[in-house]
Amino acid sequence: MKSSVIVFPGSNCDRDVAVALEKFQIKNQMVWHDEINLPKSDLVVLPGGFSYGDYLRTGCIASKSRIINDVIKHAKNGGLVLGICNGFQILIETGLLSGVLLRNKKLRFLSKNVFLKVINVDNKFCLNYKKKDIIELPIAHNEGNYFASKEQIKKLEDENLVAFKYCSEKGNINKSTNPNGSSNNIAGILNDQKNILGMMPHPERLIDPLLAGEDGSLMFKSLIKSL
Amino acid sequence: MKITPEIIDKHGIKPEEYKKIISLIEKKPNLLELGIFSAMWNEHCSYKSSKKYLKTLPTKNKKVIQGPGENAGVIDIEDNDAIVFKIESHNHPSFIEPYQGAATGVGGILRDVFTMGARPIATLNSIHFGSHEHPKTKNLLNGVVSGIGGYGNCMGIPTVGGEVKFDSSYNENILVNAMAVGLVKKNKIFYSKAKGTDQPVIYVGSKTGRDGIHGASMASAEFDKNAEAKKPTVQVGDPFTEKLLLEACLELMKDDSIISIQDMGAAGLTSSSVEMASKGNLGIEINLNKIPCREDKMTPYEMMLSESQERMLLILNSEKVENAKKIFIKWGLDFSVIGKTTNTKNLVLNFDGEEVANLPVNSLSNNVPIYDRKWKKNVTSIKKNLQIDFKSFKILESLKKILMSPNNAEKSWVWEQYDHTVMGDTIQKPGGDSAVIRIHGKNKGIAITVDSSAHYCLANPVAGGKQIVSEAWRNLISVGASPIAITNCLNFGNPEKDKIMGQFVECIDGISQACTYLDFPVVSGNVSFYNETQNKAILPTPTIGGVGLLKNLNTMMTKNIKEVGSYILVIGKTLGHLHQSEFLIEVVGIKDGPPPEVNLFNEKNNGLLVQALISKKLLNSVHDISSGGILIALSEMCISGNIGAKIKIPNDKIRPHEYLFGEDQSRYLIEVNEKNKNEVYKILEKNSIFYEMLGKTQKDSLVLDKEFNIKLNNLNKLNSFWFRNYFKEN
Repeated sequence: MKSSVIVFPGSNCDRDVAVALEKFQIKNQMVWHDEINLPKSDLVVLPGGFSYGDYLRTGCIASKSRIINDVIKHAKNGGLVLGICNGFQILIETGLLSGVLLRNKKLRFLSKNVFLKVINVDNKFCLNYKKKDIIELPIAHNEGNYFASKEQIKKLEDENLVAFKYCSEKGNINKSTNPNGSSNNIAGILNDQKNILGMMPHPERLIDPLLAGEDGSLMFKSLIKSL
Repeated sequence: MKITPEIIDKHGIKPEEYKKIISLIEKKPNLLELGIFSAMWNEHCSYKSSKKYLKTLPTKNKKVIQGPGENAGVIDIEDNDAIVFKIESHNHPSFIEPYQGAATGVGGILRDVFTMGARPIATLNSIHFGSHEHPKTKNLLNGVVSGIGGYGNCMGIPTVGGEVKFDSSYNENILVNAMAVGLVKKNKIFYSKAKGTDQPVIYVGSKTGRDGIHGASMASAEFDKNAEAKKPTVQVGDPFTEKLLLEACLELMKDDSIISIQDMGAAGLTSSSVEMASKGNLGIEINLNKIPCREDKMTPYEMMLSESQERMLLILNSEKVENAKKIFIKWGLDFSVIGKTTNTKNLVLNFDGEEVANLPVNSLSNNVPIYDRKWKKNVTSIKKNLQIDFKSFKILESLKKILMSPNNAEKSWVWEQYDHTVMGDTIQKPGGDSAVIRIHGKNKGIAITVDSSAHYCLANPVAGGKQIVSEAWRNLISVGASPIAITNCLNFGNPEKDKIMGQFVECIDGISQACTYLDFPVVSGNVSFYNETQNKAILPTPTIGGVGLLKNLNTMMTKNIKEVGSYILVIGKTLGHLHQSEFLIEVVGIKDGPPPEVNLFNEKNNGLLVQALISKKLLNSVHDISSGGILIALSEMCISGNIGAKIKIPNDKIRPHEYLFGEDQSRYLIEVNEKNKNEVYKILEKNSIFYEMLGKTQKDSLVLDKEFNIKLNNLNKLNSFWFRNYFKEN
């Protein structure tokens, strides 16, 4: 399996996700934002960070970068795309995923581990979560408050396109387990074809028992298995 | 323009200093030259009041590669890896504009670290605010925390630890001390010393603007009627540009293009060019028309004194200039050849075809006036018999009060605003005794801590100085590390007052004693004087940043209790020292009396023994006993492990309050399970280490025999109440 991690000026989780991909034997290459052609890839990762300083609006300038045209083509041809944190924000700005990511409800940056309920396990990113549907991953963002119109949210729920929801350790999904104010506690969503996943939590940061958890590993193992 | 006594005074230069300038340069300086002198000779850059005493600090041991004098200190952590680290203050700007002041404090210290070729892998901070009831405090706290986060988060460097303290002495002078730690290969360290003449001098990074122009108070009307010049002296940071500068510099550092590199921090272009030339015993010639400027019609004076952020000065191998330029263009940064090194030993500045300044480099650096300021020994109050009716302070109520006080409250409200897990190597997160960062790709790590105990230093500066170094050492030991070296940030009031100077001199004495005894030298640091407003000085606040090595991360230790039915032991003797304790200050309201004394012999013995027990994997958890004493330390262990304990005071020679809240030094709480108990006892006894059995761990609640029983849930709620309540987030 081959992957490409897109590096924007200001990306800062590019190395972390590359380390995770390589740990699970995914052959990865780093692709600079100014490239025109995307190398042949099964998976494209838009990493976390502050692309272009997050100036104007998070993810907005990156969504107009040169490489993005090829990323969109790749996605429309059914290629896998994973957007983590700032990557999720970029996917939203490109229109590949619906909704918007507003500032956190408490108007401050939030870096902590959260519990997530895996809502959709029927996609290539989450196959391995069938065995474990409540997982723990870190979040670290200022704009992760997912918002969409009532109709859009209904569509996401009805068509099972919500990938993850913030929950308690026991799996309860309610206001008190919602760290950032996201509609319906949404932490990650899929597109209609389920080949694009955008999520605020960082799976690449929990891939090692020394880091007090391996729930992120399951996603990378799913990706390997899926191809 | 004629240089009048007023202009000289506004540059902060004393009449006798001005005379010295004339004799050094054998002419009267013009305004630009005077500005350059004021930038180089001020306290912040020249250390003219502190140098005499800083020289007395130990700065070497077997692990030190680079001590004070470079952009940051460097220590050896084996396998060709080295750690670069330094702490620095950004106090005054943070009070004026908390967000930008704190943000650029982080930016500045990060540049110091990556200038040396290291990739920053962690930052920490120590921040002090006025009383929580002071009207400015809430805004300042909020601004500083979001500024630190705003910069570090965007850079993608984890902020992994620190401290937040409150005291009314900081009402008008908050402290923001930021520490950065970087990783470099031992054979790829870069230095600021220039070498060789006719080598190109290159400016890279952001453009130069009118922000942070030194002493804008005097720069204004008389020099320039333009209102532009009244822009605040606080620099404005752009972490995005710094991230690009970091990546571009590290990319260029892969080969041997760079001869010397220096970041433009305080006093900007002036100090960076002078320092490089001075260290290389060379001259430097700059064409100011080549400086990338952000604003129109900037004068040489403004360019030389601007403190615009995210800029670097490089001296490159002349053949490598084109290649270097490509890298900086790729990262979207300015790159300009602005001059060259010369053999004249002079700093020569040209602008519009004219020579606008010409000064001997030595006059600016080596010939800075050094003061031997008057100082007065501090009067330390003597330990008195406390006239307290202990019965009226119930132990449980006292515990609750301390846990709920701003200085002792749990601080996740603060550190959750800092990305502490980016880079994927944060093995021990904020909230522990030290942060632990893994060396990327290896099974070893470093432990890092930042500590200060200002009220101890006020009560007795020598004892206080010893105590903070010891506490930093202890915090590193507690996670299983071998302490190596420290960086210090010395925050004080006005050194022209003998009392303040006395605090400084005596704190240094204490720091020096502890560093020497513990083989824990100072490798970098900074002094911040004049933290004083309307004659009211801050508490003497030396801040210590300590670094240690964990050769094997599998033996890392944490403070959370691990199992029910294990034993809690107190290592070190408890004499019940209550003066300057949280109990007396927060609960009883008594602030005088001496701080606890550190016995360095016991400190070292107890510490090395705990370290040995950890490395033998005989302990479940370890927590050093510091502020608040045994009962606070135990509560923290229980809360973080979500396991309770039942304890009984093993000593009837002192009062229960003295035993539970006393702040005697060199002590640890350790948790030992049944299996290892006898082995641990044996080792303790064989080494003649004083210990006491405090009790056993149990489910759900903390119990003191015949006194109280409190559910952990409640304890946790009390401890995490203060910050969220202060910001109305409950």
